[in-house]
Amino acid sequence: MKVTLFHFMPHRDLPADFEHRYRSSWVDVPWWELGDPQQVQRYYNWSLDELLLGARLGFDGVGTNEHHQNVYGFWTNPNLAGAILAKITHDENLPTAIVQLGATITSTTPPVRIAEEYAVIDCISGGRLVAGFPVGLSADANISYGIPPIESRERWREALDLILKAWTARDYFTWNGKYFKLPRVNLWPRPVQDPHPPILIPGAASSSTWDFVHDRDYSYAFLSYFGGQSAINVADRFWERAVAKGRDLNPYRLAYLQLVGVAPTDEEAEKLFAPHVEYFYHKLLHLPTFYTSAPGHTDYRSLVFLFTGGTHKYLDLAKDLKALKAIDMYREGFVVVGSPNTVRQRLISEVQRLRAGHLMVVLQFGSMPHELAKENIELFSREVLPALRSLWDNEGWEPRWWPKAAHVPAGASA
Amino acid sequence: MTVVEPEVRHVSLQHLDFTAAVRIGGKGKPVVYFHTAGGPRWDRFVQELARSYTVIAPDHPGTGNTERDSIYRFQDLWDLLYMYDELLDRLGYSRVTFIGASFGGMVACELAAFRPERVEKLLLIDPIGIWLDERPVVNWMLLYPEELVPILFENLEAEPVKEFLTLPTDPQEAALAQAELVWTFGATGKFVWPVPDTGLAKRAHRIAAPTLIIWGERDRLIPVDYAWEFQRILPNAHVHIVSSAGHVPQWEKLEEVVRVSKEFIG
Repeated sequence: MKVTLFHFMPHRDLPADFEHRYRSSWVDVPWWELGDPQQVQRYYNWSLDELLLGARLGFDGVGTNEHHQNVYGFWTNPNLAGAILAKITHDENLPTAIVQLGATITSTTPPVRIAEEYAVIDCISGGRLVAGFPVGLSADANISYGIPPIESRERWREALDLILKAWTARDYFTWNGKYFKLPRVNLWPRPVQDPHPPILIPGAASSSTWDFVHDRDYSYAFLSYFGGQSAINVADRFWERAVAKGRDLNPYRLAYLQLVGVAPTDEEAEKLFAPHVEYFYHKLLHLPTFYTSAPGHTDYRSLVFLFTGGTHKYLDLAKDLKALKAIDMYREGFVVVGSPNTVRQRLISEVQRLRAGHLMVVLQFGSMPHELAKENIELFSREVLPALRSLWDNEGWEPRWWPKAAHVPAGASA
Repeated sequence: MTVVEPEVRHVSLQHLDFTAAVRIGGKGKPVVYFHTAGGPRWDRFVQELARSYTVIAPDHPGTGNTERDSIYRFQDLWDLLYMYDELLDRLGYSRVTFIGASFGGMVACELAAFRPERVEKLLLIDPIGIWLDERPVVNWMLLYPEELVPILFENLEAEPVKEFLTLPTDPQEAALAQAELVWTFGATGKFVWPVPDTGLAKRAHRIAAPTLIIWGERDRLIPVDYAWEFQRILPNAHVHIVSSAGHVPQWEKLEEVVRVSKEFIG
């Protein structure tokens, strides 16, 4: 099992009436009312310190992502954080993977810019990069960065092909694509990992993405925000498609991301994390459907399925989550909160049920202050992480989607 | 009232190997009607036109009776114009009147600028396609239905508006209609995202045809200031303002818009 500490870098001090005052947590939030450079300076440094703490305490990986013009998480370019983490872990001789989940190639022009930045991180870290390639939310690629929604998926696929060729081609080449045209591609530098860093594709629940991932033999990550049953639905169909595509059942094909809160007892944990859980779901996920997916962003078949299938209980996050209290979210299994024993059992049973070889945990979420985040990371790494490490070892699968240089020895946890 | 039902015709084109779908109905001299971003509707306005004219109304790619994924073959506005140009050739209309509402107004203008000689007269109803910084056009693709309705309409009591706002009673049918509308916005949005300024203002000088610009006085999607801007950039245009109407005056003040349109088309 590979366990990554993931961080969104959220705004931690939104006002109590935020979700009533503003239309969404994305693109509508006025900087001049809620942004404060002094405060934001602390957020970035706290977030980096929290990830570095995780690296020092033996997490297999540390992860960041890309979002724009929002308060949910604003690393903006994850490669800025990735470069810092690569350098410091290098200097401290920490074998932690740098999991970029990732740069939005859909709206980065030209996409070879990301090929370069990822290669730089792979070089600085000595080959510890996991290269994530999200399609990107509409709020990011379409609204913040102006790409027509109906082009998102095609641009993403073309950009990925271009990046892979730029990393691996022995000679320079001309790229004459539908969306990108470059007279000469001759990338400097190239990644340390040969032929290229492992590829991780995050997704929601689109069947076309599963098939794509299996066709290319990549690994797939999904964000589990809405509890066990929705995660099981996704994972079961992901594995069905793997079998249909003739792939093996190597659990490292699948990663999933989960918010986790650990405290000495269940009661303490439920009380301690409740405000931060509610803050995350009510304020940070204050997100209308057309910001997640503007018209055209979702293909026709998926759209009809989405509207008529009734598979998604929480379609409009800006509306459908507001009635839920933290206790409801615990009950529905949105987050894993409890004593070390509870969290261990929950995570082990979920990971096994989903057949996921990669677990990404978010241990600072919502308004959680720096001190509590550190306690959560320390307790998780001491009491939970060691029990997860050896999962899947008995089946003998290779972690094929993990950098060879990023190898945390068993028993490395504090 | 008897409705003149349109015939649906499919036409295979060379350009992009696209199969166009056209609704043709009515009798009289031909007029071409370009639909809004909401997709094809043989609505009350078109029905009224079909009493006096043969209305030829093509579906925008990816919408109506066209193959949904065909939109992926279109790279940009050029592809759309080449496609419509070939379609009109294939249908045998070398010179006709173009009518377009909202997004369809932009298409009519762009095609008229591309091939000025094929336009007899140009009738525009609250068209998009140009941009004034001080009067931004509202992005209709980023709104809840309950936000979109008051932006589209001033007169909610007009019959065609009420018909539009009456959703199918069958929940499955209603869900499918909603999915269709989202997709249609996406397919037409291809040509106007992120800012509905196609560069038309640079090309409008090429349009010599007599032009009538009809505009709802209370249009909250693209305000009436744009009527005067369109008149300024089009060489031969007159403006008719429809009072107490929003973005869809042809529904909100059906009789007035039909009367003015017929007087203009002749």
